[in-house]
Amino acid sequence: MPDSFIPTSAELLRILPEIILVLAATLIMVLAPLVKGREQNALGYVSLYGLVAALAAALSGYFDPGPAFHQLILVDGFATYFRVLVIFAGILTTLASYQYLRREDADSGEYYALLLFSVSGQSLMAASNDLIMIFIGLEISSLASYVMAGFLRNRAQAIEAALKYFLLGSFATAFLLYGVAWIYGITGSTYLLTIRSVFERGAQTPGILLAGAAAALIFVGFAFKVAAWPFQSWAPDVYQGAPVPVAAFLSAGPKAAAFAVFVRVFVTALGPIGGRWEPLFWLSALATMLIGNFAALVQTNIKRLLAYSSIAHAGYVLVAMTAHSEIGTAAVMFYMAAYVLMNVGAFAVVAHVCGRQERFVELEDFAGLGERQPVSAALLTVFLLSLIGVPLTAGFFGKFYIFRAALQADLVWLTVLGLLASAVAAYYYLRIIVIMYMHQPAESAAELPPLRGALGAAVWISAAGTLVLGIFPSLILNFAGNSALLAR
Amino acid sequence: MTGVPLSWFLILSAVLFSLGVAGFLIRRSVLTVFMSIELMLNAVNLSFVAFSYQLKQVNGHLFTFFVMVVAAAEAALGLAIILAVFRNRGTLQVDEVNSMKN
Repeated sequence: MPDSFIPTSAELLRILPEIILVLAATLIMVLAPLVKGREQNALGYVSLYGLVAALAAALSGYFDPGPAFHQLILVDGFATYFRVLVIFAGILTTLASYQYLRREDADSGEYYALLLFSVSGQSLMAASNDLIMIFIGLEISSLASYVMAGFLRNRAQAIEAALKYFLLGSFATAFLLYGVAWIYGITGSTYLLTIRSVFERGAQTPGILLAGAAAALIFVGFAFKVAAWPFQSWAPDVYQGAPVPVAAFLSAGPKAAAFAVFVRVFVTALGPIGGRWEPLFWLSALATMLIGNFAALVQTNIKRLLAYSSIAHAGYVLVAMTAHSEIGTAAVMFYMAAYVLMNVGAFAVVAHVCGRQERFVELEDFAGLGERQPVSAALLTVFLLSLIGVPLTAGFFGKFYIFRAALQADLVWLTVLGLLASAVAAYYYLRIIVIMYMHQPAESAAELPPLRGALGAAVWISAAGTLVLGIFPSLILNFAGNSALLAR
Repeated sequence: MTGVPLSWFLILSAVLFSLGVAGFLIRRSVLTVFMSIELMLNAVNLSFVAFSYQLKQVNGHLFTFFVMVVAAAEAALGLAIILAVFRNRGTLQVDEVNSMKN
């Protein structure tokens, strides 16, 4: 066996976060049959410790950047940023799931194992430097999350969500793969940097016309994962049907990882043929923002409303990608961090209020929450204000950087229409706040336990993060800006 | 590829892929929809092998194995989900598995 077949320790260290996550997941699977029923909740601690260890490993990877496994993996600032982000989303999800699963009397061992497998796939996506590696990471992440969506399989809506997510997800993956095959045929490689150098030679490249078609096929695959037009229709059904903590996870982790590879593939590899895919992104960004925001106006179910809101937010991020500049990439990175914090936070509050069997997920069930649970209501208000983009919250700077990047790339119309769309969004977020503080609680409203424990920690951490990023955005913006230089 | 040009393989692959897409969009039984997805993945495999032969590389051949492994995992998982749906609803018609409001 040639020496190059044996990975060096430096290479193994570069995938240490994934190794830790997979080991922790396997450990949970081994332990799960040994502990009975409700005791399995204790495995949440294993999940939490595994994620924290992986977070530390991902952070330490930043100080030893470089490629691994024949360039399949590339650990740089960009990879580190998104790795930390998806692992952090995993931590928040674990915290938000604990009380929920106990309330539903679910055998939670498999749940945490699947969560860790999914996070490991996303972490791999963030660090991959090759189209095939991206495909494998995407599938590891997706396969686990299909099961998570239907985890409470006796609940009719959950299993329906799993089926829809699975069928449409596999359908979109096939398109992605077909695009990869064509890129491979045109350029003779699946390495992102080689593809870039082939396209940099410009019009002499044979098959440059087909490259546009291949880019469109790859776009289909990624657009599905981030729920962008015209592949957003699965999101409302899946988020509504899936258990609330899973909906929180699906709207955060897979989306952040998908945007990471979206940027890697389109800005790094296909950057030189930017003129060919830019109009596609322009149209998709606009349609995603409009559909998300206008459809959210008429929703009465809060999970469905947050699903449409997450579609709209994917649209804003696509605006920054359309700019395909360094500050555009930095804006994508900053926005994803803000988005993960505020969205998981909002879903976590819903997980607190929804009660057993998710009986209280209509907007009217939030009536009088300001009196019944002043703390929960105040924290949900923080998240909603951030989703609107009010100053002093992370959402404000996120939108600010995105639209500034768009303006610098001369995307004036897209900026104007995007800002109008986000003004529409203020209506449905404010409506929730009005219901919480101005409406009287219904007679049937259940007694809520105080917001405490792991779920409380998830909500408080998200709220603190949302405010800190809103007041000191430079904490991570500088890092994002430096890493965005590398991503080119 | 003695006698058979690359384009024939690519056309065949495109036809198979399109059949898969058409099957996904038209057929109403969950199982047939699922089989259509497998057809699409195999069409992609054909493209990979054809390109790989043309480029005189082994990479493309290797990719098909990755795709097969993933397709197998997807099949195992998909059939489990389909089984759970059938137990829950007693039907495998896509149109009847639609309880959430639009």
